[in-house]
Amino acid sequence: MTRTSAVPTSRSRPLNLGKIGPSLAKHALLILGAAVAAFPFYWMITTSFKEFGEAAKSPPVLWPTSWHLENWVEAWQYPHTLWANAFANTIFIATMTTLGELTTSVLAGYAFARMRFRGRGVLFALLLATLFIPTEATIIPNFVLMSRRYLGWYDTYTAQIVPFLVSIFSIFLLRQFFLGLPQELHDAARIDGAGHLRFLWSIGLPLVRPALVTVSLLTFLNAWNAFLWPLIITSRPEIRPIQVMLVQFTTEGGSRYHLLMAGAAFVILPTLVVYLIAQRYFIEGIARTGIRG
Amino acid sequence: MAAEVIPAKIRVASRRRRIFLENFEAYLFLAPALILIGLFQVVPGIAAFVMSLTRWGVIYERWAWFENYAAILDPSGARFGEFVNALGVTVWYVLLTVPIEMAIALIVAFVLYQGTRGRGAYRVVYFMPYITSVVAAATIFEWMFDANFGFLNYVIGLVGVGSQAWLREPRGIFQMIGSAFGAGLPDSFAGPSLSLVAVSIFTIWHFIGFQTVIFLAGLTNISRELYEAARIDGARERQILRRITLPLLSPTLFFVGIIATVGAMRSFSQIYVLTNGGPLDTTRTVPLLIFHTFFERTAVNGIGLGAAMSFIFVLIIIAITLFQFRVLGRRVFYD
Repeated sequence: MTRTSAVPTSRSRPLNLGKIGPSLAKHALLILGAAVAAFPFYWMITTSFKEFGEAAKSPPVLWPTSWHLENWVEAWQYPHTLWANAFANTIFIATMTTLGELTTSVLAGYAFARMRFRGRGVLFALLLATLFIPTEATIIPNFVLMSRRYLGWYDTYTAQIVPFLVSIFSIFLLRQFFLGLPQELHDAARIDGAGHLRFLWSIGLPLVRPALVTVSLLTFLNAWNAFLWPLIITSRPEIRPIQVMLVQFTTEGGSRYHLLMAGAAFVILPTLVVYLIAQRYFIEGIARTGIRG
Repeated sequence: MAAEVIPAKIRVASRRRRIFLENFEAYLFLAPALILIGLFQVVPGIAAFVMSLTRWGVIYERWAWFENYAAILDPSGARFGEFVNALGVTVWYVLLTVPIEMAIALIVAFVLYQGTRGRGAYRVVYFMPYITSVVAAATIFEWMFDANFGFLNYVIGLVGVGSQAWLREPRGIFQMIGSAFGAGLPDSFAGPSLSLVAVSIFTIWHFIGFQTVIFLAGLTNISRELYEAARIDGARERQILRRITLPLLSPTLFFVGIIATVGAMRSFSQIYVLTNGGPLDTTRTVPLLIFHTFFERTAVNGIGLGAAMSFIFVLIIIAITLFQFRVLGRRVFYD
């Protein structure tokens, strides 16, 4: 999936299926689809501001008759939940993961693209092959690896960060971008006496900035949404991230759906805002690498 | 000139030194990534197999050779039933999600590709579910699927269908449809539970945007000249679709098909949050079963059995992927 180019700008119609159905029907279809895609978000927000009685009304109330902002406060302060703590944890874990993964994949991506060394082809093929080692198989040994007998990282931040400091997809993406830099640039820098690290820092990185943004956003998003691993590798509530906190909250909140929707909104809204601002980087990044979260 | 003055021996040595330094530097660049991949992916991958050959609950008990595999694959044993059930659920889950996801995403991508007005805006909206956390989105769907006040029951009520228990409904959908028309179906033709269908609806909603974006990228890659040439030669739109678009898109279709199948087989979080495998194990796919084996039975050989199950499952996934490569791969057209 590396041959992806940007969306065409011309209005010419390469495949004229439009003749089969008129433009109006086409838009009706697209709007219906968009409504289905977006409705759960709408339902989450409106339910979260409804009064308890109104949230559980049949037939459902599409627009709240009165807006209860205090639901959000109540959800935030719900007994046994440490939302502020969980947010701090997630932001810390996601930031560290992003910085670390960016470093390891910039270095590795650059080496694969621009450095000559023995075993480059073999190593790259091996890297590809590790993509086929599935999480189901590694999660149990990784769990054991974290235990006191080996690394002793059970129930720590370290366990939630270090295993994610590398991503083969990020290495690929950055390698692709480094390969795209003109060779003359590199030669000129070398003649001026710049080594690899110097070239990478002052010329390479500024030129691949879009790729760095994409990798950072996707890494941060993945860390923000991480669930299974933190669920099994932590037990103290103080160090658990928001996704695990949300599940605990929904279990305790029972059927008080107006509060549950406020909790879901805490978790979803920050990513949704960032996505809407930087959607181009997300979509292009996915289209280029075919990462499936 | 200067090179001739330096004796050959020194020249070779300095060249070797330079090559060594170059290699050394490259491996220094690669070291962080390689060490992490080795420690958290390669070593555990091998360890998984070793663990599957042991009895290991809370603590390591003893070496067990293939006992765990025998326990899972022995048709008269208790483990066999639950593993086969989980496999069946997994297959249904793939069948209920992958074809529908791909069909809808393909149609949306086609329509968007034709230079529809507001394409960018549509793309942003369709992609929104995909970047949302599975856990949080599943919480919303749990609410929409609620048996008493859920929005979905309201919607189906509009077309005259009675309220359903959705995620809490273990009955098979074929059986339910059959009994609605007065035909009783035997249990063996019950089909996937309504609960699994509900989970599938969530999955389809969540992943459509991903596939749409990939298909859109694939369509964009097809050269415009081909279409123009075909049109000049008098080809009709339907012929263009069959002879140009679909063949040239086939590598993308193939790629998405494989990724979606493997992804669906390995799904965990959404099922865990929505049903945790219930009701009556009708949504317990293999990853859920592995998780339950590992955690609920840690005291009695949970690690050994769980590792063996995950290893068998991995082999099944590889077999299915190879099968897809052999059967579908031949029909893929690479330019």
